Amino acid sequence: MAMFILRRVGVMILTALCLTFIVFFLTNLYPNLEKLAKTQGDFRMSDEEVASYLGRNGYLQPMAVKYGQWLGVVPGFVIEDRDGVTRGQCIEAGTAPEDAPRFCGILQGDWGYSTVFREDVGKILNDKLALTGKLMFWVMVLMVPSALILGILAGMREGSRTDRTLSTIAITTTATPEYVSGVLFIAVFASTAVGLKWFKGTATAAMDGANFENFFLPVLTIALYGMGYIARMTRASMAEVMTAQYIRTARLKGVSFPNVVMKHALRNALIAPFTVIMLQFPWLLNGVVIVETLFNYKGFGWTLVQAAGNNDIELLLGVSVISVVVVLVTQLISDIGYVYLNPRISVR
Amino acid sequence: MDALSWSDIILRMLEQFTPVWIALIVTFVLSFSFKRHLGLYGKLFDSPIGMVGYAMVMFWVFTGVFGGGFDMIVTHDVLAQSAPMKNKGPGTAFTQLMGTPDPNAYPYYLLGGDNLGRDVFSRMVVGAWEVIKIAPFASLFAFMVGITLGLPAGYYGGKLDTFLSFLANLILAFPVILLFYLLVTPEIVLTGIPVYMAAVLFLFPIVFLVLLWNSRYHTQPSRRNVYVGITLVIGLWLYLGIAWDADPLGLVSFPPNLLVVFVAVVFVNSPTVFRIVRGLTMDIKTRDYVAAAQTRGERPWYIMLWEILPNARGPLLVDFCLRIGYTTILLGTLGFFGLGLSPESPDWGSTINDGRKLLTMYLHPALPPAFALLSLVLGLNLLADGLREESLRD
Amino acid sequence: MAKLDYDGPILEIENLSISFFTRLREIPAVMDFSVTVQPGEAVGLVGESGCGKSTVALGVMRDLGVNGRIVGGTVRFKGRDLGDMSAAELRDIRGNEIAMIYQEPMASLNPAMRIGKQLIEVPMIHEGISEAEALARALEVVRDVKLPDPERIMRSYPHQLSGGQQQRIVIAMALMSKPSLLILDEPTTALDVTVEAAVVELVKDLGKKYGTSMLFISHNLGLVLETCDRICVMYSGEAVETGSIRDVFDKMQHPYTQALFRSIPLPGADKNTRPLKAIPGNFPLPHERPDGCNFGPRCDYFRAGLCDKFDIPMVGIKGDDRHFTRCLRIDEIDWHAPMEAMAQHEATVPGKVVLKMENLKKYYEVAANALFGGSSGKKVVKANETLSFEARESETLAIVGESGCGKSTFAKVLMGLETATEGQILLDNRNIEQVPIEKRDTQTVADVQMVFQNPFDTLNPSMTVGRQIIRALEVFGIGDTDQARRDEMLRLLDLVKLPREFAERMPRQLSGGQKQRVGIARAFAGGARIVVADEPVSALDVSVQAAVTDLLMEIQRKQKTTLLFISHDLSIVRYLSDRVMVMYLGHVVELGTTEQVFAPPYHPYTEALLSAVPIADTRITKKHIVLEGDVPSAMNPPPGCPFQTRCRWKAQVPGGLCEREVPPVRELVPGHQVKCHLSQEMFDRMEPVITVAAE
Repeated sequence: MAMFILRRVGVMILTALCLTFIVFFLTNLYPNLEKLAKTQGDFRMSDEEVASYLGRNGYLQPMAVKYGQWLGVVPGFVIEDRDGVTRGQCIEAGTAPEDAPRFCGILQGDWGYSTVFREDVGKILNDKLALTGKLMFWVMVLMVPSALILGILAGMREGSRTDRTLSTIAITTTATPEYVSGVLFIAVFASTAVGLKWFKGTATAAMDGANFENFFLPVLTIALYGMGYIARMTRASMAEVMTAQYIRTARLKGVSFPNVVMKHALRNALIAPFTVIMLQFPWLLNGVVIVETLFNYKGFGWTLVQAAGNNDIELLLGVSVISVVVVLVTQLISDIGYVYLNPRISVR
Repeated sequence: MDALSWSDIILRMLEQFTPVWIALIVTFVLSFSFKRHLGLYGKLFDSPIGMVGYAMVMFWVFTGVFGGGFDMIVTHDVLAQSAPMKNKGPGTAFTQLMGTPDPNAYPYYLLGGDNLGRDVFSRMVVGAWEVIKIAPFASLFAFMVGITLGLPAGYYGGKLDTFLSFLANLILAFPVILLFYLLVTPEIVLTGIPVYMAAVLFLFPIVFLVLLWNSRYHTQPSRRNVYVGITLVIGLWLYLGIAWDADPLGLVSFPPNLLVVFVAVVFVNSPTVFRIVRGLTMDIKTRDYVAAAQTRGERPWYIMLWEILPNARGPLLVDFCLRIGYTTILLGTLGFFGLGLSPESPDWGSTINDGRKLLTMYLHPALPPAFALLSLVLGLNLLADGLREESLRD
Repeated sequence: MAKLDYDGPILEIENLSISFFTRLREIPAVMDFSVTVQPGEAVGLVGESGCGKSTVALGVMRDLGVNGRIVGGTVRFKGRDLGDMSAAELRDIRGNEIAMIYQEPMASLNPAMRIGKQLIEVPMIHEGISEAEALARALEVVRDVKLPDPERIMRSYPHQLSGGQQQRIVIAMALMSKPSLLILDEPTTALDVTVEAAVVELVKDLGKKYGTSMLFISHNLGLVLETCDRICVMYSGEAVETGSIRDVFDKMQHPYTQALFRSIPLPGADKNTRPLKAIPGNFPLPHERPDGCNFGPRCDYFRAGLCDKFDIPMVGIKGDDRHFTRCLRIDEIDWHAPMEAMAQHEATVPGKVVLKMENLKKYYEVAANALFGGSSGKKVVKANETLSFEARESETLAIVGESGCGKSTFAKVLMGLETATEGQILLDNRNIEQVPIEKRDTQTVADVQMVFQNPFDTLNPSMTVGRQIIRALEVFGIGDTDQARRDEMLRLLDLVKLPREFAERMPRQLSGGQKQRVGIARAFAGGARIVVADEPVSALDVSVQAAVTDLLMEIQRKQKTTLLFISHDLSIVRYLSDRVMVMYLGHVVELGTTEQVFAPPYHPYTEALLSAVPIADTRITKKHIVLEGDVPSAMNPPPGCPFQTRCRWKAQVPGGLCEREVPPVRELVPGHQVKCHLSQEMFDRMEPVITVAAE
């Protein structure tokens, strides 16, 4: 088992390195840097001025070196200006170059500086992740149990009226992306035009104090899209299990229907959806971005849009690292959990 | 002129859709009368869910083609703005401040005007065309890529499989929106990366077809040469035009911003198709007819493309429908974040994004495209469900 | 619930009719079916696939699914009508009074629940006893089904047991509440022959011990003969003949029963002098049944105007014990007339040697743990050990063995799908053991072809029959034009006796036997000289088996083909092969002519195999040899002789030689070789396993 986890972690680290390098590469392409120089300096900079600005800030080193510096495995650059000032990646304003550490990448906990928020990327991410964590927690609380119940009820008696109704509901929710359902919810429950006004159309207030009124719509919007998918998976898995020979065995042993479902079918039927729930994370992240934008909830997804939209390279890198790591960790958990749930896979 | 009542609006909309109704009725009557001769497609008409889904999908396909392609259903130019019509509700009579009003112009904004005074109804209709133009083809390309790589990965297994699966997982681990934000920006277009990606991705259909013909007809070289030759000439011509914008005849070209969107969508979809094809291949390759082909000395590509692939067509067809739906959602997402397409574009995602900003006061600009997108994707999902049920039935 | 004391018949089924309802039509699965099971009696239900025998069982259990319904007749269990019972009453009876055992043991056990838990559930539901009490009972029953180390077994998950052990657990589960009636639906079909023999014996013993009545459903007449007191033969949804074993086997009174017995290879049948007689035509589909007698169109005694007029009732045979038949012409048919002579054939003389194997070895390296491999190193699986034999032109060489014996690996190496580890394969004195199939020239590939086991898998489901044969012709370079290949394809269809219209059909429109014929046509497309037939008929119904084997024999005679016939069914091997090679765990343990192998002296494994195969002939007496345990895994073979773990002669070899050394190959008489340590005198003392009583 330890060997298995070790191998998975190894693959995961390799994947993370590849992915962060791709992001690093794409964000550090010259047109992006040029735009950065112009937003930081002056929009009417000539090409030479742009080049010298970038040179001074260490952006013109080879890609691999820059990546190493950013990671923190290559010493930070130190450049002596023509006017004698020594600039370096790791030299903060006001400290002497000699006192600065040699390495300052994300491995040392230095995530860089956001040009949009004028703050440390590490700190921004910390705050934003807490906000999004709150959102995701409630999404999970709402989504997972309701999806599983929906799927099990539908799959328990395949082809019945309950099954058809619940399946149609599930299909409809998977066909409704967040930017559609969110808009519909706001229109129905929050707009003055309809006049229900049960909930708030923005969740900005929920960042400080979340309550049912300002937080339910965003949570519901994210949960709904994923819910249909998990419910359909659970239904398919449940329906398949219910036709299995061992369910017939149990039935013909005289086990009552509720017990057949609870004791015999459930564990086998939940193996597949478990993996799906975990693999939902990349999708949920999409939902988070859309919903946070739609409801103006300034969390992690909103930060991603701000960073990407304003060419804030270091913040975007930080956001990417976090999302990639979140996705990979959930995949790892799903792999390990699958082994635990499924006794057929023996780990020696 | 007074604003129309709701019943008038609905009647007039139904009237505008006349060509679509005719096309739908013709399609259904024809399909129904020949359903026993049409294989799986015919069996679709045994499943109520499948029929409903198919009707919804075909409604938008016909709407897109007639409205966007032939300019039939639309009532006003989708880009024309009219200041007095700003945010006016459904059924408002059309007026114009500047210029001479066209006497032939449709007298109403059936579903009202948006925040720039454009006709919401027409934009919704043409929005269907934006989807129909891209989604099916992007899905098709993703399938070509996924099949061409998934078949050998599943068939050979081993190192090749490990490598390709690693790549697929790499892309799948990317949150889609992040990928879009990195790929679909003007700066990236400047670097030419999308063109290189297109150059790689668009090679796959040609490779796929050449392998298909070659494996089938390598025993009859003369026939093989004809098929492969035709494929290569047409394929490479289109390839040069679409990917490199270098058609020697100057006939084929592809707008660069559309290319980025297209490439991004294909790129995001291919790994999932790859995984499905790989799984199906690993399952089907254990069948005896594959062993029979091996024992008569068939080459691997013949076995993959002619023995395995046709027998995977059921699940693949179902996934194809779902994938078009997913691609539609992705295109909407792109539009929603204002990525790739021009800001004026009538596609549903952009319109929803424009409309949502005033949502607390005006519902009419955002809701029509939202319902349109919802019904198309729902139709595709129902269609897939019907197909799945019917293909499992025998 | 307390069990009723009741001394009438345990189960009475009267005029039972069951239908399945689809969107298009009602499909009658069982019609007018009656059978009675007395206390302590075992009744066999025999028929081909699709005849409705499993539906009867599910009808008794009232578990027909959403689409199935009982449309007529009654099922009475201990005098109470099961049809009138509420769901709760039914639950009380299921598992408690009536228990059921199915074909696939792995599928009938819950994969995510420990064995012990699955077992104790039964008495806990029905008798409300405590968990500890139930556990004690379970341990006792697990001991009863002769499983080693019951405590460990109770803690295991199903996948940790072998197929034979799983089936024993299923039996144990059925016996937990000491039911009055046990329904067994093909309980041993998925098991190896020697394991099957042990399970059958267990069921028989336990039935006696617990006093359980049994309804035994099988397609295998031999198995029914060994286990049951009475038999009921079904055809196309109807019972056609029912009576005691003796009456039905020896004095059959229905043409179908007679035809069935004439189509199975019993001792004495021979491909040249006494060939089998296949039942003509095909099994009717449920919605295509003829008027009157269902068997009419395939019956030799059919008389138009009589047999196709109206539904035929069951009539009793005077003088016999509850012997009924569904035939109008019982008094007109001379049941003792000998089978009309089939075309006899000259025995073919084997020609020159075309294929020669010398010390062929095939080892595989597999990761010790397939899923998480890498760390724990590789293991070598010795799939084939020093295989040596010759095969001649127009000869049939049978390769016999149970699962894991290496026969499929051997076929793969011969076909070139794998290359040999050591040794050589000579085809016409050319070495081909290291030439993978893609490097072989077209002629070699066309020369060595294969017929596969599973008819439902052997044809590509999305290509027409004609297209598949034409493709083989294209690959083998036969015919210059499309037209030439098309003509050749039609000729091949003629060869395998299929109508030419079949060229345009899709495989799903064909029956199993027809598909197998197409598979044979495809194998012979390039004029194959060596054909490996991997269990070509084992998945077919008995009545079709004879027709397909005959076809193979006929083509062999015409084309002087060398046939390598892989099978586990010794009856059919005896019928058609010239020489037999017995394999066990990758080793050839015995090789000789058919007469030599089927008569003593035997290799101990061959002896056990012969004893295990059920034979549907009341004149046969068999020596009773039951092998302990399962076939060891090829990943973990025992040291020394591969068979030593289950061998009953092991004690006769001094000094534990069997556990230390692999026995050498010994030639007992010219052409008969055995891999065994036993001394010559021991071999001489062996008695024949099968003896036929004089008539």
